Amino acid sequence: MIPRPFELHAPTTVSEATSLLKKNDSRVLAGGQSLVPLMKLRLVSPANLVDIGKIPGLSYIRKGRDRLLIGSMTIHNDVATSSVVNEKCKTLSEAASHIGDQQVRNRGTIGGAICHADPAADIPATVVALDAEFKVAGQRKRRVIKAKDFFEDMFTTNLRQDEILIEISVPVLPPRSGGTYLKLGRGTSDLATVGVAAVMTLDNAGACKDVRLGLAGVGSTPIRATKAEDVLKGKTPSDGLVAEAGEKASEMSNPSSDIRGSAEYKREMVKVYVRRALRQSLSRI
Amino acid sequence: MGVLSSPKQMDLTINGQKYSGRAEPRTLLAYFLRDELGLTGTHIGCIVGKCGACTVILNGKAVKSCLLFALQAEGAKILTVEGLAKGSQLHPIQDAFWEHHGLQCGYCTPGMLLSAYELLQKNPNPSEEEIREGISGNLCMCTGYVNIVKAIEAAAEKMAPAKKAKTRS
Repeated sequence: MIPRPFELHAPTTVSEATSLLKKNDSRVLAGGQSLVPLMKLRLVSPANLVDIGKIPGLSYIRKGRDRLLIGSMTIHNDVATSSVVNEKCKTLSEAASHIGDQQVRNRGTIGGAICHADPAADIPATVVALDAEFKVAGQRKRRVIKAKDFFEDMFTTNLRQDEILIEISVPVLPPRSGGTYLKLGRGTSDLATVGVAAVMTLDNAGACKDVRLGLAGVGSTPIRATKAEDVLKGKTPSDGLVAEAGEKASEMSNPSSDIRGSAEYKREMVKVYVRRALRQSLSRI
Repeated sequence: MGVLSSPKQMDLTINGQKYSGRAEPRTLLAYFLRDELGLTGTHIGCIVGKCGACTVILNGKAVKSCLLFALQAEGAKILTVEGLAKGSQLHPIQDAFWEHHGLQCGYCTPGMLLSAYELLQKNPNPSEEEIREGISGNLCMCTGYVNIVKAIEAAAEKMAPAKKAKTRS
């Protein structure tokens, strides 16, 4: 219940932090809401912890012309309550509002949630649905990684050992769009049994111009339910098509039976929650 | 492994007073407050960061003090349950928990009071649903939450007229 001993480093610049990460057996400490419990259970015992919380300028929410730019150390509470994110990218603010509890949202960061890459977490599924892009800094040149290339396996990302996520960009949802994040969970303060991030955009004739679905909790990574999206693209949404999209999303899921439910239950809940998320997104247009 | 985790001296402000103590890097804030500084009002319930009994207000935000390292709080301003009352004068939230029997064993209570404190700062007139959502990071094994919710509603009412009076003058 007490972590193993380690050295705690508190760099004040990004380049100092990335240099420290080259040390043997080192990890980034962001909000600590996922990492510290793992260290207390001694499932993870890094020799060096690089606390990036003292680096200025990593917590912000800015609106560009067609994208929102969010600093990696922005806490979930700020994403959830931001009027800019609520107006321009509701799926993301709603996902952030479902994370853990108030105390967790007061410390946990959007960057930490993405880099921890728990497939049952709310943010990874959401950024995959939104085609987010991640600006990353390391000892080499800064690079941009697309969300679809970022999540490789559970708790495993495309980041190199010395790299830190600096900024996340998500689209400003275009006109005639509605977005939502729905979560089936055990009570509060839990990860998703099934989570669905959805965006729906209609054209002037009322047909579906764009639709995005990201699934949490039903695979070893967040799942972009492209086969479900294809059911709706170019067509006018109807109960039948929404139900079919739910079926296709369920077919793309690959859940495991665990403490949150059987695989069969989760596959069934994908259908229910995808249907609800699509209807909710439509109702918000 | 041969990694040294040497203790360091650190200063911070708690309930308006300066404190100084020694902590290893791995010393969690909850243990630092209790064992090093003798502020045992902050409780350790579940150890894994779920129950919220360890909740304190750190730089204006409710946090679970078992989920951060003491050294991360160097230079911070913290409010613990010991800082709510002014001498023998209870804080209105404590008063309300007393009047409405919002506790039984008292183990979750410090964390519950501080979560309520933050909730009412941000939302002075919360609905029942908002209260339940706001304290969802604090688990109670005794009360079933009914009287806790009533106490927070009563506290909101106690604290609101003072705010209204301030805006009038």
